[in-house]
Amino acid sequence: MADALILARALADPQSLALDTDWIGLVTTARAEQLLGTLAYRLDGLPLPEDVALLLADARAAAENGRRAALWEAEMARRALAPLGCAVVLLKGTAFVAAGLLAGRGRSIGDLDILVPRGSLDAVEAALLAAGWEWVKPDPYDDAYYRRWMHELPPLIHRDRDRMIDVHHTILPLTARITPDAAALLAQAQPLGTGLAVLSPDDMLVHAAAHLFADGDLAGGLRNLWDIHCLIDDHGSEGARVRAAEHGLSREVARALRLTHRLFATPVDPAYRTLARGDALYLRRLLARDDWGRPIRPATRLAFYVRSHWLRMPPAMLARHLWAKWRWG
Amino acid sequence: MRHVFTVRIGPIGFRVGSDWRAPIDALRELYRYYPSPNLPDFTVRLEATHWWRRWLRPSIRIAGDYMLPEAAPLPLAQGLLAAEMAMNLQLALGGRRYLLLHAACVERDGQALLLTGESGAGKSTLATLLAARGWRFMSDEFALIDPETGLVHPFPRLISLKNAAIAAAIAARPDAKLGPLLTGTPKGDIRHMVPDALAVGAMDEPAAPAMLLYPRHGFAAETRGVLPSESFVRLTQASTNYVALGQAGFDALTRLVRTTPAHAIDYPDGAAAIAQVEAVWRTL
Repeated sequence: MADALILARALADPQSLALDTDWIGLVTTARAEQLLGTLAYRLDGLPLPEDVALLLADARAAAENGRRAALWEAEMARRALAPLGCAVVLLKGTAFVAAGLLAGRGRSIGDLDILVPRGSLDAVEAALLAAGWEWVKPDPYDDAYYRRWMHELPPLIHRDRDRMIDVHHTILPLTARITPDAAALLAQAQPLGTGLAVLSPDDMLVHAAAHLFADGDLAGGLRNLWDIHCLIDDHGSEGARVRAAEHGLSREVARALRLTHRLFATPVDPAYRTLARGDALYLRRLLARDDWGRPIRPATRLAFYVRSHWLRMPPAMLARHLWAKWRWG
Repeated sequence: MRHVFTVRIGPIGFRVGSDWRAPIDALRELYRYYPSPNLPDFTVRLEATHWWRRWLRPSIRIAGDYMLPEAAPLPLAQGLLAAEMAMNLQLALGGRRYLLLHAACVERDGQALLLTGESGAGKSTLATLLAARGWRFMSDEFALIDPETGLVHPFPRLISLKNAAIAAAIAARPDAKLGPLLTGTPKGDIRHMVPDALAVGAMDEPAAPAMLLYPRHGFAAETRGVLPSESFVRLTQASTNYVALGQAGFDALTRLVRTTPAHAIDYPDGAAAIAQVEAVWRTL
């Protein structure tokens, strides 16, 4: 059955696309993986069928509007938090576009993710509430769970602009077995000269790998892996491997290097050019999308969903969590 | 997907896939005079809510490139409605080439008349009645404004008639081809009418917007002028992608309201509405 390999190939090597490509399948897969804008920039300037070129031009225009909206949202957060004087570090998509990185080209950006010092959390929360952000999750169990165990505040949404903000104080849940060094992330952050900062290039790569492989069920994983490919293209991967060891994320970064090399022919150290045990299953999950945009391989998906919970919580806690969710939920 | 149908309606191409044959057959029959797109802009899926719901009490989940989480599943008997809703949804949520206004549109002498208002204001009925009196039917759902030219592009999909409007439209166009009567839908009775040959034949011909009308059904006949500022606010509400288009949307909309006279029309019935529309059109 057709899977998202057609999309991975198109991103990695746009020149290889034949004119008789299954364009509708490619476009539909890219849309479903939120990579249509990225694809549109990758194919920009190539000789394409007229309708394809038109559709991709629309996607580039949409991505450009999305980029502007994301930067504006970051600026709104900066204004709200400026009086606190604490560091505000942009993460993920907004960071990529704010820093002008390759990973930001055409990238779809949903929520605004920021990292602040844990000691400033209360003040940050109060300042955001005062500036028009509101709670999304009214459920007291969820709220308490976030506050006690997660690496971020419960999500807030702005009442006028309808945009979500995720306020992180570190990059993995507190319940995870890995505890990255949040203070080091903040200490190495690079100011943008706008009152905002982004992680150092090495930490960005480590965070992307952590987000992809140590947190969550790999939903949207292809996009996250493409981010990693672009980050390596911009800054290489040497430094990131050193930083990964300091954060306890060497396994995740190594897997990221192997999989980007396999899927996107990313230039990585020769030691990461062959797949390791388990990698094939990750590839199966990353590409689990057909040419109608449908999720496929339900068993693989379920396995990664279960794994995501296993990673996040020790067994006893997971049992308590599931019990609470079942009882009230 | 098992069953596939593609169609181009004005400038927008769709690919519809279905787990069942019946909705595809209905689309094929009713869109028989429409062309196929080279590259569909959007993909729509009509899929069973669970694998066994393909056969047992079949239940259609509307899916595609863009989805609304709260969209309720529909029974297979309403498959045509599901397909139409799904196609509209893709355009509403994903369309970026044009500023999309939730409006019906008819044309005369190269000039377009846009009718906009909330669901139930009578857009579909009025557009059908006007088309039966010599206007060219362009759309009963979306006016597609090209931000570069300011022109309205046709989107003459099947006309979605609801409840009392069904009989009124059939009376105006007794020879029109119709889809099955769908009863008990979330919006009551629905029946689809195929736009006339003129509408389909000229679906690649845009027109310059000449007048904006805000009809309101169920009131004593009254016509009043509407200022561009009020039009602007009304149309930001009536657009599904105004915000997403950013500056292009703002520019297109300000140009439209500045150059197009607008009127609000309260009307008690179809005949009165037609007379009011014709009267206000003569003031152009």
